[in-house]
Amino acid sequence: MANYPDDLQYTKDHEWIRLTEDIGRVGITHYAQESLGDVVYVDLPKVGVTVKANEPFGSVESVKAVSELFSPVSGEVIEVNTKLADAPELVNTSPYDEGWMIVIKLSNPSEVDALLSAAEYEDFIKEK
Amino acid sequence: MVAFAGWSLPVEYSGLVAEHLAVRTAVGVFDVSHMGEILVHGRDALKFIQYVTCNDAARLVDGQAQYSALLTEQGTFVDDLLVHRLAEDAYFLCVNAANTAKDVAWLAHHAAGFEVEVCDVSDRYAQLAVQGPRAAALVQSLVVEDITGLGAYRFRRDVAVAGVPTLIARTGYTGEDGFELYCAPADAGWLWKALQEAGNPLPCGLGARNTLRLEAKLALYGHEIDDTVTPFEADLSWICKLHKGDFIGREALLQHQAAGPARKLVGFEVADRVPVRDGYPLVADGREIGRVTSGSPSPFLKKNIGLAYLPIDKAVVGTQVFAVVRGREVPCYIVPTPFYTRPKA
Repeated sequence: MANYPDDLQYTKDHEWIRLTEDIGRVGITHYAQESLGDVVYVDLPKVGVTVKANEPFGSVESVKAVSELFSPVSGEVIEVNTKLADAPELVNTSPYDEGWMIVIKLSNPSEVDALLSAAEYEDFIKEK
Repeated sequence: MVAFAGWSLPVEYSGLVAEHLAVRTAVGVFDVSHMGEILVHGRDALKFIQYVTCNDAARLVDGQAQYSALLTEQGTFVDDLLVHRLAEDAYFLCVNAANTAKDVAWLAHHAAGFEVEVCDVSDRYAQLAVQGPRAAALVQSLVVEDITGLGAYRFRRDVAVAGVPTLIARTGYTGEDGFELYCAPADAGWLWKALQEAGNPLPCGLGARNTLRLEAKLALYGHEIDDTVTPFEADLSWICKLHKGDFIGREALLQHQAAGPARKLVGFEVADRVPVRDGYPLVADGREIGRVTSGSPSPFLKKNIGLAYLPIDKAVVGTQVFAVVRGREVPCYIVPTPFYTRPKA
């Protein structure tokens, strides 16, 4: 299903990660952006910062609320989507492409086993 | 949906921003049936209302409403409310849902010595608020008699809206023109549908209600006002009629007025894209000087705005203070309020 691409892996905190070997690009899911509503601000870490699996790496804000962003994996942030500073709405309009947030170099690739497939994630959000 | 004072209320329907903008530019409808309604009647009703509220109810005529407050002996807020004069011996009060039981107990306690009866009639009323520049045309299309001529803060009883008997008041909590329709709970569903069929007002939730009232700088109990602040601090001295005669809190207010309040509610704009929200600390010269009572991105003005109590020397338009957002100090400027005033028709 287009809303949850098969080539991504997902967390129960509504982040996705697109893996290429030990490099992962991270953002939030269609479900997350729709629940948040109009995104007005994204707070992201700086390149070089170390993040841990299931721990906050930043926050995303809509008009109604601020929500923490949780990292799907541990590692070092090697790239940050600076376009979101001036165009946070990309998280709504293009959550899987232009709305990506950070790129992580994984320090423990086995953590990937704990992530959900697209089908598993869809089942998870249906239960909500 | 969110739990609130025993009610389950929608935060948003189609989306907060769309709902907010619909009220500013067209028309929206809110189900505000959670609001409390209290009937005060009896021979001493006016005398009693004068004693328990700070505004001057003697200025009201039948069919007129007034923004006012119940104050403690210390001059702080028990609640803010709308006082509707049905007749000289009957007043209909609209109060905050979370405070209804407290207000009724407060009024009953102070009714001793007055020939007056205080009844919690909240269960007898649902309330729909139709708000926005198109509200008058929409509501008029469902009413036979002319209601577009109803003045601000005026109301009429027993007006049939789509056949539903209502108390229809030209009031609201959005900074726009509009009506609040009080009807029997059993009729509210029908009234909601009739409004939808007549003009598709966008259903609006608590989220938009909050951002709309913030732009218009309307106080919210539990945020700008509670039993620790006085109307003078809250920039609501205009509802305190100190020369109308005795009322609860008057002595404290007179002293407070003579001494001058040490802090004041002000509005600020954030000079940054990051929103500043309720509870965030405000600092100046390296120390905390206040906390944000309400803060949010403003959907209409497309700025981040907020309200806070600041010491008098900082409560000056143009003053720079800093909000602490996740450890970062973000510059904010005190600005004139309300942030938004509706254009004159």
